[in-house]
Amino acid sequence: MTAGRTEQELAPGSDAAETHSAAWVADALREHDEQARHAELQPNPRDERNPGAPQPAAGTVREEQVLERIDRARRSRPRVKEQRITMSHGAGGKATRTLVEAIFLDAFRNPLLEPLEDAAQLQINGSRVALTTDSYVVSPLFFPGGNIGDLAVNGTVNDLSVAGAVPLYLSAGFILEEGFEVDDLRRIVAAMREAAAAAGVQVVTGDTKVVQKGKADGCYINTAGIGVITHDMTLGVAQARPGDVVMVSGPIGDHGITIMLARGELDIEADVISDTAPLNGLVADLLAAVPGVRAMRDATRGGVATILNEVATDAGVCVVVSEDDIPVRHEVRGASELLGIDPMYVACEGRLVAVVAGADADRALAAMRAHPLGEQAAIIGHIADDPAGIVLLKTAFGGTRIVDLLVGDPLPRIC
Amino acid sequence: MKFVDEFRNADQAHALSAKIAALCEPGRHYKFMEVCGGHTHTIYKHGLEDYLPESVELVHGPGCPVCVIPMGRVDDAMHLAANPDVIMTSFGDMMRVPGSQGSFFDAKAQGTDIRMVYSPLDSLKIARQNPDKRVVFMAIGFETTAPSTAMTVLRAAAEGLENFSIFCNHVTIVPAIKAILDSPDLRLDGFIGPGHVSTVIGCRPYEFIARDYGKPVVVAGFEPLDILQSIYMLMLQLSEGRSAVENQYTRVVPWDGNVVALKAIGETMELRPYFEWRGLGFISHSALRMRPGYARFDAELLFDVPGVRVADPKACQCGEVLKGVLKPWECKVFGTACTPETPIGTCMVSPEGACAAYYNFGRLNRQRVKEVSRS
Repeated sequence: MTAGRTEQELAPGSDAAETHSAAWVADALREHDEQARHAELQPNPRDERNPGAPQPAAGTVREEQVLERIDRARRSRPRVKEQRITMSHGAGGKATRTLVEAIFLDAFRNPLLEPLEDAAQLQINGSRVALTTDSYVVSPLFFPGGNIGDLAVNGTVNDLSVAGAVPLYLSAGFILEEGFEVDDLRRIVAAMREAAAAAGVQVVTGDTKVVQKGKADGCYINTAGIGVITHDMTLGVAQARPGDVVMVSGPIGDHGITIMLARGELDIEADVISDTAPLNGLVADLLAAVPGVRAMRDATRGGVATILNEVATDAGVCVVVSEDDIPVRHEVRGASELLGIDPMYVACEGRLVAVVAGADADRALAAMRAHPLGEQAAIIGHIADDPAGIVLLKTAFGGTRIVDLLVGDPLPRIC
Repeated sequence: MKFVDEFRNADQAHALSAKIAALCEPGRHYKFMEVCGGHTHTIYKHGLEDYLPESVELVHGPGCPVCVIPMGRVDDAMHLAANPDVIMTSFGDMMRVPGSQGSFFDAKAQGTDIRMVYSPLDSLKIARQNPDKRVVFMAIGFETTAPSTAMTVLRAAAEGLENFSIFCNHVTIVPAIKAILDSPDLRLDGFIGPGHVSTVIGCRPYEFIARDYGKPVVVAGFEPLDILQSIYMLMLQLSEGRSAVENQYTRVVPWDGNVVALKAIGETMELRPYFEWRGLGFISHSALRMRPGYARFDAELLFDVPGVRVADPKACQCGEVLKGVLKPWECKVFGTACTPETPIGTCMVSPEGACAAYYNFGRLNRQRVKEVSRS
């Protein structure tokens, strides 16, 4: 050990200052210049500015110009700038969206994929069918309130449900690591069976692969699901319009915080269990109760904040939510405060966000609250027209701020 | 939630807001700097500016640990991490700070062993578990985090651990404040003093600001009501023509600081003759390094560290933002070339950075928003 200490390793060229030019900065700036030219915006000359003086009116105008410029930059074609995949690409936030749009959507582009909803809506021989798929890599595999098995069934059932479909059949693909205990696999599969029974779906096809030790982390599961759409509503986040209300079906962030604490790395203990549950019953009740449902999403990776941003962007509206009205359990809030995480970004596995016509708000809320999974449902905000594309949060403190898409990856591998 | 909601009470905020407005002299503009990035974060996260009259302006200061790390130090750390014998450990905030060749996260994606820790003690644990590796802790932060680094070194020494070292980038807040006070660019009316730093160093080190520069200082807590009350206390001093150091954060900050923590720092670390700050340049006696008695824990001595100075990209105006001369959105590349997902400057990296806080929480026209939230 101590012998290694005298070892001096020099990276080639590390002693030459000129090798330390940041090429990526040059690229970013070139892109910036191109955008600025496109916009035909005069760059703000700073020279004539008097730094000490107050600058109310003129400053506000310039700030407005800058905000517009940023808006344009945000609307520009998404591009993956990284050379390699980082954990952020899987976090469900901004990087995930960029990856999906720039790589996957770009390659597979078609009208059915384009809405990027939780499930695709297809017409097959006159029937409306929903199809979805999802992979599960949660760590740890077993956690308070569930395991990777019921998560894999509920997640796919929920993706179909929030598309307005009645989930019917699931596939299950297993990637198992050499050395994985068969008893653990039995527990996982038993949980899948129970979850499928509870949701009224059947696992009708499957696949098994085994990889060498170290090439996977115990057990990964992929499920795909198919369901039928029996109503004639058009659902999708792009349908949101001013005057609608935004609802959640229960307290948010339980699953993400449970997983984080279950890893035992933080020495924090809290009485919180995963909210993993099938949402098809709740969705059926909601759709039967009111005609004015515009969109539903289950708030998984990226949390409620991500969904609200998708609504704002895809519908071109402003989503205004009130912090006081968003249900969050004490334990989840406490752990989030300690960890410096906003519960708005923390995943749920059995909660949905719904956008409903304002006129139907009360009946929709009553319908949700009548269902066991929606007892603590709440109206958390409404849709406005301006400023479009923005999610505004009225803070409990009484101020206002925006809620952006998640950047980075605070909680890896939660589902 | 107990001990949180009390400090976010909207009724009390309204009351304080009215008291602040009542103290504003007509035609006068007030500029207060919140030195600490934690305050910047709170201000934006809770929308605190909605409670301030237009004549009261908050200027964001340099007290964000990762914001002041110059690119050359990041490159040095990346060089350390690239050594195959080394496990580099770092706080999460630091992971995304770009050096000239990318960030820790980029290096990690390419297979470099860099691990995120919540405490330097976690690094110590990693060192014990990996006796065949040399574990380096990327130590950053002001006097707030220096004691935990110091205590970790003391524990490593007591255990006789030989495969653990510190890449020390700890900085001290007072020289930075002094640099800002001496900068001709900025006219400030007072300071919201850094609460966390002050739990360690106490309130006395700020006395020169009130005495020699005639500016009031109020050491503040991190909940939104703490900050609002501190602004009120600053306004009160100004209206009474006083300049003094006052402590709003008495529930945590002792006037004389934390003697045990200061002793641990003093035992293990000493002042560097000078240190480069991002955007602010070299400031003398503004940073800490390991004392000779603890040289065996000093990564800068144990490893070859290139120590190359890397100039900031020309377009990046972090220095001006850190000094409070520019508002985040006034930087040329703000929000277009420089965003939280692909930051050029450090101010856009940490959630405590002024640019990131403004981009993530405050990127809106307050006037327009007021109309929307009333609807």
